[in-house]
Amino acid sequence: MSENTPNKPKIGVYVCHCGTNISAMVDVEGVRDWAKKRLGEDGVIVSRDYKFMCSSLGQELIEKDIKELGLDRVVVAACSPHLHEKTFRTASERAGLNPYLTELVSIREQVSWVHTDKAVATEKAKSLVAGTVERIIHNEALEKLKVPINPNTLVVGGGIAGIQAALEIANAGFHVYLVEREPSIGGHMAQFDKTFPTLDCSACILTPRMVEAGTNPNITLLTWSEVMSVSGFVGCFNVTIKKKARYVNEELCTGCGICVEKCPKKVIDDVYEAGIGYRKVVYTPFAQAVPKYPVLDRPNCTFFQKGTCKACEKFCPTNAIDFAQQDEYINVEVGNVVLATGYDLFDAGRVSNYGYGRLPNVFTSLEFERMCNASGPTAGEITLRDGKTRPKTVGIIHCVGSRDKNYNNYCSTICCMQSLKFAHLVKERTGADVYEFYIDMRTAAKSYDEFYQRVLDEGTLFVRGKVAEVTDAARVPHEKGKLIIQVEDTLIGKQRRIPVDMVLLSIGMEPRADAKETGKLFGIACSSDGWFMERHPKLDPISTMTEGIYIAGCATGPKDIPGSVSQGAAAAARVLDKILQKEVELEPIRATVNEAKCSGCRICNNLCPFNAISFIDDLAITRINPALCQGCGTCVAACPAGAISGTGFSNEQIFAQIDGILMSL
Amino acid sequence: MSEQFEPVIVGFTCNWCSYRAADTAGTARVKYAPNVRLIRLMCSGRMDPTFVMKAIAGGADGVLITGCHPGDCHYIEQNYKALRRFLLLRRTLKGLGVAPERVKLVWASAAEGMKLAHEITQFVEEVRALGPLSWPKWNENAIQSEPIKEAA
Amino acid sequence: MSDKPKFAMYWASSCGGCEIAVLNIHEKILDVDANFDVVFWPVAMDAKYHDVEAMEDGSILLTLFNGGMRTTENEEIAHLLRRKSKILVSFGSCATEGCIPGLANLFPVSEIFDVAFHTASTDNPNNIHPVTSFEVPEGTLTLPALNPTVKTLAQVVDVDYYMPGCPPESHQIAAVIDLVIQVLQGKAQLPPKGTVIGAGGSTVCDECPRTRNVKLIKAFHRIQEVAPLEPTLCVLEQGVPCNGPATRSGCNARCPRVGAQCIGCYGPAEGVLDYGARLITAFASVIDAKEPEEIEAILDGIPDPTGQFYRFNLADSLLRAGVSNWQKNGH
Repeated sequence: MSENTPNKPKIGVYVCHCGTNISAMVDVEGVRDWAKKRLGEDGVIVSRDYKFMCSSLGQELIEKDIKELGLDRVVVAACSPHLHEKTFRTASERAGLNPYLTELVSIREQVSWVHTDKAVATEKAKSLVAGTVERIIHNEALEKLKVPINPNTLVVGGGIAGIQAALEIANAGFHVYLVEREPSIGGHMAQFDKTFPTLDCSACILTPRMVEAGTNPNITLLTWSEVMSVSGFVGCFNVTIKKKARYVNEELCTGCGICVEKCPKKVIDDVYEAGIGYRKVVYTPFAQAVPKYPVLDRPNCTFFQKGTCKACEKFCPTNAIDFAQQDEYINVEVGNVVLATGYDLFDAGRVSNYGYGRLPNVFTSLEFERMCNASGPTAGEITLRDGKTRPKTVGIIHCVGSRDKNYNNYCSTICCMQSLKFAHLVKERTGADVYEFYIDMRTAAKSYDEFYQRVLDEGTLFVRGKVAEVTDAARVPHEKGKLIIQVEDTLIGKQRRIPVDMVLLSIGMEPRADAKETGKLFGIACSSDGWFMERHPKLDPISTMTEGIYIAGCATGPKDIPGSVSQGAAAAARVLDKILQKEVELEPIRATVNEAKCSGCRICNNLCPFNAISFIDDLAITRINPALCQGCGTCVAACPAGAISGTGFSNEQIFAQIDGILMSL
Repeated sequence: MSEQFEPVIVGFTCNWCSYRAADTAGTARVKYAPNVRLIRLMCSGRMDPTFVMKAIAGGADGVLITGCHPGDCHYIEQNYKALRRFLLLRRTLKGLGVAPERVKLVWASAAEGMKLAHEITQFVEEVRALGPLSWPKWNENAIQSEPIKEAA
Repeated sequence: MSDKPKFAMYWASSCGGCEIAVLNIHEKILDVDANFDVVFWPVAMDAKYHDVEAMEDGSILLTLFNGGMRTTENEEIAHLLRRKSKILVSFGSCATEGCIPGLANLFPVSEIFDVAFHTASTDNPNNIHPVTSFEVPEGTLTLPALNPTVKTLAQVVDVDYYMPGCPPESHQIAAVIDLVIQVLQGKAQLPPKGTVIGAGGSTVCDECPRTRNVKLIKAFHRIQEVAPLEPTLCVLEQGVPCNGPATRSGCNARCPRVGAQCIGCYGPAEGVLDYGARLITAFASVIDAKEPEEIEAILDGIPDPTGQFYRFNLADSLLRAGVSNWQKNGH
């Protein structure tokens, strides 16, 4: 009995039979009687049993007792809280009792289903009931936190997932800030040639969406921009975005492209052309770029380095070049955020036995996409590194950097289909012989397996085996001048050396190099592989543990284009749901600092991964933001002064539960 | 007439992984030793060493702390904080003569019902081998005193 | 017979430091003399137990009781003074939480006797042991017995107020005396029974002038390994285990101010059930490591956690004693 409750509580205990699920192994009537007798002095005034407490009749028992007996605490001993805590809390609420004054303790999953001695099981059930009864005496009535939702949304990442999300929200009538790090939206999809299994031209299906996003009045496009800082919480995030200087005045630029034409300096395009093509120093990454404004690459610009040239400025018909332009910092307020920041590719150079970077005719998948692309550096011709010679044999290696304990253990999902696509394109454009080296063929989605069969029919040769080495060291005359793929063909159980002209490495997807920093910026977690972590891997792949932050596309894990589009749309639906509700309710399980007790020792300051804890310098105390707090209780347990308390799982509640669990029966 | 000593063990689970693991064990009807009574916390990070002391002082023979695997914590990394506390707590208990094997930390994901059941059964045997702890219930002496009168 | 309210101060199992702390209030001691009639104070005046027994119950207005409950004599006088006092203050760390005498709770009394009377530092060829009663021609001589476990004052009698500290700081003692005098003059109210007086409402960090940052500790050191400490930076951040974050304020962060770590003599903050537990969680929270091996290596820098966390507080902690103190076969 606590000294804090001036009046003794009125507790109702309800023990469920759950058919025979509980009553077969626990003496339900015995527990019922015992609760009233032993715990009566602690406040139990009524103790009942029923066959199915979760049924409407069972719930009515509780509601009736609340109304007629004035119960102010309800303990149900039945199944797991993960199943029915909400059910009983809602029932109590209907009868006028605050839902947080109702607790469900499991005597099914934790007792009747897992033990074999009825007497022992009954004793354990009694202990668990006692624990919950003692605990609930210290429960407080709690109210969910209501937070208003700003109808604006931030979408970070202008790839296909981000574009999809932005369009859906914008078309529903709400404003979106679409932030993209590169000069144009489009993401990786803009770099591809054809997409599997339909062999649609990637740019053809993407660019209409890009144009839509660029012209939609509800979308503010912020390209060549990055998010610098985020504060606030769901419903009112305050985001600072850095708009990097383009050195082009967007008000004046018409996108005519003369500056690009006249720029005398070429550099290797490491980003869009995957390092196999050139671009100018003032450039648009590709012809269909949205927005159309070029960007000036300052570190490589002759004017910025030496003070001469300025050809772009000279020739610009609208005087849009502005060498004095500064980075601009923009503050926006949004209610929700969608993170669709995409992926990076595995560095093929790490697998030194495949010779990438050392052997010229070993290509990565992205390099090959650019090569196949009609607007790429070879105008769509498939050639060796010399830019001219057509290969006569091509080897395509699957799982480079994926499904590999030495690099990344996971499967990158799309590489099998991508490799099949490459095989098809090679055959179509060069007639060369194609070998594919695979571990398994993963072609599981719609029309994917049919595509595999088509490629089989086209005559591509498949070798099941993980390639050991790609080498140019010939052993026999016919290997001279070729790249030799050394592999164990596991279906015939033999080592093979297969000479080819060109090797394509299907490199795996990886999280962005700065994914962890991005996650920290927004207060979300990354999994051990580095992908953004979803709230639940099966039932909620779009939300995160932080309210108001959603994730979509390859940023959450490797997936194909339909997957990214679906997730972008799903994230948009979630955001729209929040916006239309106008306010969101947060669970009231959270921590607070007693400012009088807080000494400012700052020991709790780096314990919160959600940035809910902040130190107020001028008061020398710590404060917790209740909307950011997720209620884990780590700071409550850590505070050496006992200055932090946590609702729902307070010290008083847990101490009492320990006492109850250990009390003599 | 000597009955086998049945240890009494208090277990702390985290709402997201290990409590769900216990649920999974239940749904799969996996049988395990009945000596552990579980208390649900939101996160293993809520584990206050005071809970362990209170359990021991209250008569528990052992304490089991469970949480999500490192890297899988629902609240991102709070299980690491529980780990650090647990290691220092165990050393401190050892200094007070409590065998460190009486307090155990186990990671279990929501799907690992069988594993949790197995760990529980194993821990019960480990504590059984150590024997009862039976911490004294330090009762206050009956206090005879007069209520405070007004200061003269 | 004086009309002034009666005052008593007694030392049970203690070191005398509390008495000195009271005397350290300097001239204020004259206020004590002016406002009270000191009827029993073994360090300062000659009075016998039977003098106290002869007093009326409740006739001593204020008794400051320091020292822990180690012997049966300590307990007996605790009960006696409780009967005879209106206001009984558990004065100082020994009475309030056991303090250093409480550390005896790590051993059984038999082992204490062994070390005191039978090891190399004692010349005891005839294996003589103190006993509680001994017959001599003149009669029976008695000695108090050692209780199996050292207790705090409140674990033995009903206590009205607590003043923590080893010793309580003189400026706090002066403040409490002022308060009582004000109460006597009708100018102030006594706080509710059970209040901790002469102390602050937060922890030592609140009074400490050192700068505090987010703490990430890679190693713990003994203070002599890193001395002299950087004077303006938090002691804990310099790797020296400082108990300040968990220790009740009131001493004005005396030790950190002069370049030493807080050892925790003011006991736990308000509402804390187990002081040592708060220190365990505090130190664990600032360790900058994730792998068990790395964590254990850092923890090796605190070789004696019992001493670090329970030096003053063992007898008042949840566990109160080490296993060997109460368990016959020590497990």
